[in-house]
Amino acid sequence: MGQNSYPKLTFVVLLLLAVVPPLLYVSGNPFYLDLATRLTILATAAVALNLVLGYGGLVSFGHAAYVGIGAYAVGIPGYHALYGGLESLGLATHSGFVHLALAMGISAVFAFLTGLVCLRTKGVYFIMITMAFAQMIYYAIVSIKTYGGDDGLTIDVRSEFPGISLDNPLQLFAVSYGVLLFAIVVVRTLVNSRFGMVLQGAKGNNERVIMLGYNTYAYRLTAYVISGALAGLAGALLGNFTTFISPEMMDWTRSGDLMFMVILGGVATTIGPVLGSVVFIVIEEILSSFTVYWQLPFGLLLMAVVLYGRGGLVGFFKSRSAPTKSESKP
Amino acid sequence: MDAALFIMQVLNGLQLGLLLFLVASGLTLVFGIMDFVNLAHASLYMVGAMICASVTFVVDSFLWAIVIALPLTALVGWAVERFVARKLYARDHLDQVLATFGLILVLGTSAHLIWGPQGIAVPLPEWLRGQVTLSETLILPRYRLLIIGAGLSAAGGLFWLVNYTRLGMLIRAGASNRRMASALGVNIEFLFSVVFALGAALAGLAGMLITPITEASLGMGNSIIITAFVVIIVGGIGSMKGAFIAAMLIGMIDTLGRAFLDGFFALFMSLEAAENSAPAVSAMLIYIIMAVVLAFKPAGLFPPKVR
Repeated sequence: MGQNSYPKLTFVVLLLLAVVPPLLYVSGNPFYLDLATRLTILATAAVALNLVLGYGGLVSFGHAAYVGIGAYAVGIPGYHALYGGLESLGLATHSGFVHLALAMGISAVFAFLTGLVCLRTKGVYFIMITMAFAQMIYYAIVSIKTYGGDDGLTIDVRSEFPGISLDNPLQLFAVSYGVLLFAIVVVRTLVNSRFGMVLQGAKGNNERVIMLGYNTYAYRLTAYVISGALAGLAGALLGNFTTFISPEMMDWTRSGDLMFMVILGGVATTIGPVLGSVVFIVIEEILSSFTVYWQLPFGLLLMAVVLYGRGGLVGFFKSRSAPTKSESKP
Repeated sequence: MDAALFIMQVLNGLQLGLLLFLVASGLTLVFGIMDFVNLAHASLYMVGAMICASVTFVVDSFLWAIVIALPLTALVGWAVERFVARKLYARDHLDQVLATFGLILVLGTSAHLIWGPQGIAVPLPEWLRGQVTLSETLILPRYRLLIIGAGLSAAGGLFWLVNYTRLGMLIRAGASNRRMASALGVNIEFLFSVVFALGAALAGLAGMLITPITEASLGMGNSIIITAFVVIIVGGIGSMKGAFIAAMLIGMIDTLGRAFLDGFFALFMSLEAAENSAPAVSAMLIYIIMAVVLAFKPAGLFPPKVR
């Protein structure tokens, strides 16, 4: 499963995602490009989560925290660039490179520090402790009134890159799409490397891989940090996309959404998280246009998928294009 | 810091700790016996509060409303066990987490449909409204004392139930070895239903007790569930004793941290810096405690012996 199990499906999904939204945009449906941008950004976060959840078997229920950190890494320097403060640190800036470096750097540091503790635990402890640490960041941001606290923070000026204007919806989409491809390539390269083999081996049988002489704790921590940094990158884009950020975007229910995207699409597959995000966002959009109570059918759907749909959406294609793979439990 | 304020905050911490225990005990019972992670547990806390609030307006008595709402909440818990949880016992924790995450949406939206988006304020009966004057400076709201009393008796009742009754014996047997208990003729399915309903009633009771202070609202479960998780992680998942001790610890630390941390920080930094940093640090305090505990004991303070 390290290899790309569904090359055709991967190609088709990524091609459609690249072509359809811009076409709809130029034919006068800007709404769909917006939808596709949001979807692409969340897909990036889902791909990042899949590295630990799918390939590592580490069920992180806190990945929205990294998305939030990434978003605030855009919002806070932008805030200081407009209203003063932090100049001495060079952090009062609209420079996109600084924003991205902060988003990925702080996410990586947070992932490293929490990972040190989280990865000592396993199973349900791991699920809950990642969730709790994410909630810690949530409450920390809520309590900092300078950056809006509960009310959130408006990003008045988007990250500035030479030659690219994120104010242009098409360019913003193109950048988001590029970042998604980048994340997919990073995760695939890692997964197919020796590093990825150890990671997946530890998912299957941690003790055995330890007996082979690998320090699986260090491998998992590295994967966790990379995953966090990629999710932080997605967060920086999300901040630029919404131009309004609030602690709500790192609420634990957002982490649950990300997990569901991965599971819905199919864990430990290249295209699963992307497909899952597409279906998740589209269903959410359709249901919420019908009724304010859309979460009721949505929740029922989620339960149905877990109870009856094993293997995710990608599993539909499995029976025809790929041999059945052995069931592995995280 | 004066003594009266300190005693008041300690009592507030005790109150929060007891409410946390009521929520966490159900979580830890269900996990300990069924090996089942129920994210939707806090929805039962919310449902209990909502039912109690609407019954209060029908029967015009808060206490009778609790008496009526408790079995109704247990019934909701029983239905959740019968129609959702039972299908998930054999699944891994990831599936359980996701399915109960879906259940949160379903229960939350159903409550939205039934009760509307607004919170419901619950009036207290006259005799609970006043204050108790213990000394010139120490004045306590009567209702807070009632919460502490009710919480302590519920915790005591649970302790008695688990340790000194036949049902409790079966629960303990199920927790230490489910298959063996089943082989010895215990109706394990029935036991699961009872435990689930009991957990629901306890969480519901916590929700009911807090409503006169806050009000019953749709989002009330979302914040307490994480704290309840912190409690059972620190206590050791599946351990009742651990849940109680951790709940008290977390309740105290959280309350006292919020009340006194800025004063404490001001001892070694400027007042302004202390006032700015204390809220953020006190919000993160319980998670830091959790991290410290897990760094030394990855399975919590009182990991259950047999699993």
